[in-house]
Amino acid sequence: MFDQPESFETVDGRTIGGVMMEMKNITLRFGGVVAIQDISFDIREGEIRAIIGPNGAGKSSMLNVISGFYNPQEGEVWYKGELRPSMKPFEVARQGIARTFQNIALFEGMSVLDNVMTGRLNHMKAGILSQALWYGNAQREETENREVVERVIDFLEIQDIRKTPVSRLPYGLKKRVELARALAADPKLLLLDEPMAGMNVEEKEDMSRFILDVNDEFGTTIALIEHDMSVVMDISDRVVVMDYGKKIGDGTPKDVRSNKAVIDAYLGVAHD
Amino acid sequence: MTATASADLISMPELLARNVLKFGAKAAYREKEFGIWQSWTWSEAAEQVEALALGLLTLGAAKGDHVAIAGRNRPYLYWTMLAAQSIGAVPVPIYQDSVGEELAYVLDHCNARFLVVGDQEQVDKVLDIKDNLKSLQQIIYLDARGMRKYDHSKLSQFHKLQDAGRAAKSELIDELADRQAKLTYDDTCVMLYTSGTTGRPKGVVLSNRNVIETSKSSAQFDGLVSDEEVVAYLPMAWVGDYIFSVGQALWTGFCVNCPESPETMMTDLREIGPTYYFAPPRVFENQLTDVMIRMEDAGRFKKWMFHKSMALAKKVGPELLNGHPVSTMDRVKYWLGDKFIYGPLKNTLGLSRVRIGYTAGEAIGPELFDFYRSLGINLKQLYGQTEATVYITMQPDGEVLADTVGVPAPGVEVRVGDNGEIYYRSPGVFVEYFNNPESTASTKDKDGWVATGDAGFFEENNGHLRIIDRAKDVGKIKDGRMFAPKYVENKLKFFPNILEAVVFGNDREFCTAFINIDLNAVGNWAERNNIAYGGYQELSQHSAVLEMIKSHVEETNLSVAEDPMLSGCQVHRFLVLHKELDADDGELTRTRKVRRRIVEEKFSDLIEGLYDGSERVATTTEVTYEDGRKGSISATLEMRDAATVATQRIAAE
Repeated sequence: MFDQPESFETVDGRTIGGVMMEMKNITLRFGGVVAIQDISFDIREGEIRAIIGPNGAGKSSMLNVISGFYNPQEGEVWYKGELRPSMKPFEVARQGIARTFQNIALFEGMSVLDNVMTGRLNHMKAGILSQALWYGNAQREETENREVVERVIDFLEIQDIRKTPVSRLPYGLKKRVELARALAADPKLLLLDEPMAGMNVEEKEDMSRFILDVNDEFGTTIALIEHDMSVVMDISDRVVVMDYGKKIGDGTPKDVRSNKAVIDAYLGVAHD
Repeated sequence: MTATASADLISMPELLARNVLKFGAKAAYREKEFGIWQSWTWSEAAEQVEALALGLLTLGAAKGDHVAIAGRNRPYLYWTMLAAQSIGAVPVPIYQDSVGEELAYVLDHCNARFLVVGDQEQVDKVLDIKDNLKSLQQIIYLDARGMRKYDHSKLSQFHKLQDAGRAAKSELIDELADRQAKLTYDDTCVMLYTSGTTGRPKGVVLSNRNVIETSKSSAQFDGLVSDEEVVAYLPMAWVGDYIFSVGQALWTGFCVNCPESPETMMTDLREIGPTYYFAPPRVFENQLTDVMIRMEDAGRFKKWMFHKSMALAKKVGPELLNGHPVSTMDRVKYWLGDKFIYGPLKNTLGLSRVRIGYTAGEAIGPELFDFYRSLGINLKQLYGQTEATVYITMQPDGEVLADTVGVPAPGVEVRVGDNGEIYYRSPGVFVEYFNNPESTASTKDKDGWVATGDAGFFEENNGHLRIIDRAKDVGKIKDGRMFAPKYVENKLKFFPNILEAVVFGNDREFCTAFINIDLNAVGNWAERNNIAYGGYQELSQHSAVLEMIKSHVEETNLSVAEDPMLSGCQVHRFLVLHKELDADDGELTRTRKVRRRIVEEKFSDLIEGLYDGSERVATTTEVTYEDGRKGSISATLEMRDAATVATQRIAAE
């Protein structure tokens, strides 16, 4: 089914499976601006894959291509061994891909619980009438979905804010609620757009712990974008490095750290 | 509870078996999980305990083994205690927030063979130190999260161990029955480590007799029945929790409710509405601070109503509770107040149904105490120790005073020694300190009298005991007047803005103090007064904060000066510390009592500064983070003078 079926073991003993998603020669343009230029890489089942790069490197655009929000002008996206036609984001979501956003996109006026429940929307089939009357299927479905949501709430340790409106929460907790909503969708592939932006050291450590635990506990494949190099190097299995829309490095954190192009991009190099 | 019934009930497992017969289908344990209260009846709980006991037998647990337990309050861990007892082993609950070193000391000291923990956090702490623990054979954990990759040769999951026990039931059930049958009244019931304000923790051995006799008499004293609801949230390693959530719960058959997480405690408390409630003064204080902060933000009408009603409650509430005569008019007004203010407020606090509330561990501020009593909550004080299986004195209903700790508990004899130290003798007096005959001998004499280490006296008019201070902390100032630091510290701590205070002065010219501000209260005050600050340290040194603390210190001096014996304890100079005193840094015990000697050593430069007249002292302090790493913080602290009241000097001579 996959073109690279062999699996490998990571240093800490987890097994990384075959290729889950493959990006082939992706190019994305906005008018005359080339955001992504001919980039190819893959995401394997069960791994934590990071995309890093300086500001404006095209990381978020890349994530938006994966999530189906942007359709690239050139190139192919292969998901689970099949070529993915251009899709609407909700169709991508139904394929088991969930995401969080760089600038938190929660329903501010709703409680944490209700926000996380929206993550289960794709798993609800009851009609609008039975939902409104909370009757039959709708009732059973809600109970089932609430159970999934409660497990996520327990997992991310946000029981104490279950009933709190999101607008009253501090930033770090909102990020965690967003992760909860994405997890509630029970995704195969989880996309995290700068999960640690704007956090203090302690919050970053907590978030890293949760990301590792999600991967470990549910076997979720995770693709994340992050600025903080040290965090990325600590938690990811493989890293793609982008700069000015091009891929300049790809490999394990160790490989990438010693890659000359990466060092230049991060530390800066004299342009002549 | 008839006397004949108690004749056969000589161990915890027997009490459990009795409860299955008597209350089989009644809820015994509840825990909130996944947002829903899960409950277990006495029969179900007994089955769980049996499965775990059998599981422990499959691991080869022997009679007399120590089974250590570390985790937050959960039914599973309470069952672990019962399971250990039913195979003749001894449960040793440990403070779950202990750092690795403390944990290592206890595990090593009691040669624990088994350790039952809540989650990965505890497992990680033990894995770091396991090479030094020769006797530790198996770690059993509840929550598997994050431990999939761990080496499981010495690890097992709680429920899997229970399953193993159930599978081996036919082979091992006779062995289990045999072990239970051999338990005697004088076998060890539980071993609890005292947090120790000085030196290493000591393992206090309590027998079945200690626990059962004490539970029985204290339950009778307060008329506890099987319909009580309690919320178990205080550390399982603390003797109070053992008596309330295990001893008395098994004796009277009431239900123990465990919160979902420490953070949801207040919500869970409200949902359960306990009828029998215990909290240290700190918890009551936090609740009151929360209420006051929220009232500050309320509208003008609500504020007026609140203050008006509270003024009435203050006058009438305690009188009503103590059964004193109150005019009909006041009764009507209080009734109205209860409908509109006190009732809803008690409901918000989760205390609507409290029939008997206790506070102990530290002195409680009279204002704080009266606040709760004026709402009609029957809050009382008790005085106790681990070595006494909690109870030494307690306040009977209707005889409750803020500054005394009541009369001797049933079956307890209390006497005050020539030096003012309090001694007691009771059926609850501990067996011994584990592996420490010298300490045992120096604490308990051959007639069974135990020295408490506290100084105090019986009030002449009502026979209630009043505690002054730790006997060894009581000293003299250079001019010969009595020095009792705790007396002053308690007065300081009664101000909501002051979290902790440490007073110095033994063998010195005058008294000085370290103050810890309460970040919640002072932070809120700062917000309302438009005072900007970047963190704890900055807020603590803000000149407006120092001024405010100074006014508190001066007010305290006024009140201290009223007592001719203790007027020398007025605080002449003080400083506000740049960090909160913390148990992780060894400055407090796990039950949050100040370790005076360690604070004195650690901040000796600051103490010198207070006495040599410096205005500022720069200092660097080492801090320990929760995960055991160390760091340091530096600050320049300001020393302030406080006005004192001149009094006629009465020499202690």
